Amino acid sequence: MTHILSILIFFPALAGVLGFVVDKRSAKAYGIAVASVELVLALWLWLSFDNANAGMQFTEFTPIISQFGISYNLGVDGISLFIVIMATLITLLGIVLLRDDTPNMKNMIVSLLFLEMTMVGVFLSLDAIIFYLFWELSLVPMLYIIGAWGGPTRVYAAVKFFLYTFAGSLIMLVGLLAMAYLYHLDNGVWTFNLLDWYQLHLTTDQQFWLFLAFFMGFAIKVPMFPFHTWLPHAHGQAPTIGSVILAAVLLKMGTYGFVRFSLPILPDASVTFTPFIMTLSLIMVVYTAMIAFAQKDMKQVIAYSSVSHMGIIMLGVFAMNAEGLGGSIFLMLSHGIVSGALFMLVGVIYERRGTKIMSEFGGLAAVMPIYATVFGVMLMASVGLPLTIGFVGEFLVLLGFYKVSVVGTIIAGSTIIIGSVYMLALFKKSFFGPVTNEKNHALKDLDGRELTALLPLVAIVVWLGVYPKPVLGPINNSVKALLVQMEEHAQLQTTKDAIIISKKEAE
Amino acid sequence: MGTPLLEPVNIGFAELHMATLMPMLIAIGGGLLILVLDLVKENLHKSLYVMLTILILLVDLGAVLGLEYQNGFFDVLLIDGVAILSQVLILVASMLFIPLALTSKRFHEYSYPEFFALFLFMIAGFQFMVSSDNLILIFIGLETASLALYTLIALHNRANSFEAAVKYFTMGAMAAGFFTMGSAVLYGLSGSLELNQIAVVLQSRLDEAGIMFLILGGAGLLLVAFAFKLSLFPFHTWAPDVYEGASSPLAGYMSVVPKVAAFVVSMRIFEMFISLNIEWVQYAILALSVITMTIANVMALVQEDVKRMLAYSSISHAGFVMVAIALATVKANSGIFLYYGLFMFTNLGAFAMLWVSRHKDQVHHARYDHPYEKFSGMIKIMPMGAIVMALFMLSLAGVPPFSVFWGKIYLMSAAVDSGYMWLAVVMGLNSAIAAYYYLKLIVYMFLKEPTGMVNQETTYYNVSKPLLTILGLAVFVTVGSMFYVDPLLETITEMIKQSGIGFN
Repeated sequence: MTHILSILIFFPALAGVLGFVVDKRSAKAYGIAVASVELVLALWLWLSFDNANAGMQFTEFTPIISQFGISYNLGVDGISLFIVIMATLITLLGIVLLRDDTPNMKNMIVSLLFLEMTMVGVFLSLDAIIFYLFWELSLVPMLYIIGAWGGPTRVYAAVKFFLYTFAGSLIMLVGLLAMAYLYHLDNGVWTFNLLDWYQLHLTTDQQFWLFLAFFMGFAIKVPMFPFHTWLPHAHGQAPTIGSVILAAVLLKMGTYGFVRFSLPILPDASVTFTPFIMTLSLIMVVYTAMIAFAQKDMKQVIAYSSVSHMGIIMLGVFAMNAEGLGGSIFLMLSHGIVSGALFMLVGVIYERRGTKIMSEFGGLAAVMPIYATVFGVMLMASVGLPLTIGFVGEFLVLLGFYKVSVVGTIIAGSTIIIGSVYMLALFKKSFFGPVTNEKNHALKDLDGRELTALLPLVAIVVWLGVYPKPVLGPINNSVKALLVQMEEHAQLQTTKDAIIISKKEAE
Repeated sequence: MGTPLLEPVNIGFAELHMATLMPMLIAIGGGLLILVLDLVKENLHKSLYVMLTILILLVDLGAVLGLEYQNGFFDVLLIDGVAILSQVLILVASMLFIPLALTSKRFHEYSYPEFFALFLFMIAGFQFMVSSDNLILIFIGLETASLALYTLIALHNRANSFEAAVKYFTMGAMAAGFFTMGSAVLYGLSGSLELNQIAVVLQSRLDEAGIMFLILGGAGLLLVAFAFKLSLFPFHTWAPDVYEGASSPLAGYMSVVPKVAAFVVSMRIFEMFISLNIEWVQYAILALSVITMTIANVMALVQEDVKRMLAYSSISHAGFVMVAIALATVKANSGIFLYYGLFMFTNLGAFAMLWVSRHKDQVHHARYDHPYEKFSGMIKIMPMGAIVMALFMLSLAGVPPFSVFWGKIYLMSAAVDSGYMWLAVVMGLNSAIAAYYYLKLIVYMFLKEPTGMVNQETTYYNVSKPLLTILGLAVFVTVGSMFYVDPLLETITEMIKQSGIGFN
């Protein structure tokens, strides 16, 4: 199948269009069927993926606006492969978890399928404009999902989410146009092909400004401190499915953008900006962890802890070595799985009780043992307990970051302790002790629908925690290739040093 | 200059190149035909006139496409790439506009054949305007078109339509005054009314002491005139009221066709100044365009009526495109046509959606025809209508892959190429501000509950098959833009290069 990437992108979209015709009552079944096929396609991609090849595979190339250098250009490597699989998996499980009595089920399914197209498209695009196209388009279904099925102030949250990201990405767009122009100056042709851009040698001054432009787009999406303020609103108001996809996949677009654009195209600026990014990331890690500790709402705890972990991913990305970068990509996956699952779990209890305030709960473990167990596993994975998926990524990131800054590693490492404090506090308040609230006595444990959605995630958490090699292998290959490319491409000796030391040690 | 004025000249008929005049003659002849038809037999149905107008426009389009690049008719007509391109744009927009007359409810103005005759005269006026570099002929074209347009607005039989027409007329008369004064200054400086000769004479006189003051005077007067026509700040205040008073399709039409014509003339005039290295003109245009798009965006944020919002949004789009005149490169000039070529379908589509839901009485709001509340919860009642309108809004906001996005990035890229990085950022941020008010309509349609007033009957009040056809076409062009931008851009760039306007 030479066009498997195109099929992966457009199958859900086509299914979404056809979904308008499907009857309301069958909409959910339709969604599950389509998302399953999509997941199978993604797994098939993994099967036919050549693990030894670090470069782009299954590439497709069709010029769209030849005069302006825009082409439909796709490819997948070890970095994007697993994020795509994770995105399709989370979409499927999210649809499974949807309650049958969700209002306007058909609209929900159609928007989710369009959202899936944009998510897969972002991670598979190798052309800056096509990337931008999917990037912007992903806002539209999410706007609708938050705005139509969210909480009381959903419209405000949805519009804030849209405008914040839209403004950032328009500045990024200027950066992309400037890149294309600089390429045109050098080579006399217009191109938005990323792989061509990788070959371009830019002065440090140009790199500085381009980095800033890209930063505005990506940092808002991540969201980096101090651009994170839209996220708690969005999570607070979004329906469960919205939070799950937002945390698991949409935020990864930001960190993925740094890996795919900023590092390889602008290596010198990336190294120059490293202290700045690290400072911001550390502030973000510690600050949001503390805010999370102060929350009364269970979902807000998870939301802030999710931001805090995104900070650790950023640390790994800018560690500029194979452990850090590879670890952060693995952490993107584990963060997707774990935070996705945690938001699902919060959704489960919210459906039963209609509240997310922790003081309303207590002693849930006695009433809902299976729920408490699944929650416990995910919580441990989130704090990074060894033998869970969370440990592998965090450990690698801290290992990589240690080579860059010992003090920073100590600060970041200590947040794992803060993290375990607030997570365990959440767990204790909600699950242990006597059942104090009358309303909690009659709660039902997880039913079949919820178990179907959650158990695969538990299995993955344990499997990849114990044996991460099948995933880490391809990631490391591509990450090393990326670092080699960065090093060859760098103009300044200091940049080469910053990259080369850690690379040699890695080999 | 030494030749006596009344020396007889011998020009053979063949040298007149009458073919260059054909397109305008067809439009004028067509208009007369409609009037004669009305004389012979009264009370013919409007559908006859609509179809006749479309046919005349088609023949006109054929004549335009058959034009060769040449000067004609005593050298006052100039057929170059820009002239042909803009005429095609004008004719296509007109053909999209005119079927919107075939609504299911009877609106007053379309029952008069004069409406269609005036419409065709107006098109002839625009065609003269864009295919000449003679200031007098440009002026005649401008006035023919504008006077016809004032009448068309007033024919929409409502108090605020008369107000709009009178307002537009007064402002237009002012603009005409400024235009003639500016032309007079240029004539005084160069002794010619042909732009290419003016350029040559000005070039040779640039070093003279005190001449710069006069040039700036002339350029300033002309700039004011076109700022009126293009509704640039601070001469934009007439536009929202006029758009509100005019019928929706006509408002949509006014946001495209007169603007295109005015852009073509500004391109010819101001880029002449810029190519003479008179930087002041460039800075003034840049300042005007940046202020225009920002102010209009901020004003659009606070509107309560969708039509007024779209009016301010059209002003903002004009400001966005005006940047291209200041950049004065081939790429920027191609961007103007690409932008308006794409914007035309989306914007006419959006105004046509308003037209579909137009009532004879103002049933929703004491003052406005199209308050936001009218669209509340539309997705629950008419999903297709809501989705179509949302597509137009997203396209106007510049969300890829919808059509206006390509125009936007091409113009932003042109700004980047000329080294105006800050300008590109300003354009980007303005698009982000604009996203808010387009989003507001989407929020009303998708995220709010329907109010009691909103139902199938009120929102599809005025619908008919021709309207749906035009809407379908607009949706098709808006969504499928990715597949035809390449050939479109190539053609446009080639024709702009041919006409030699703009730096490479």
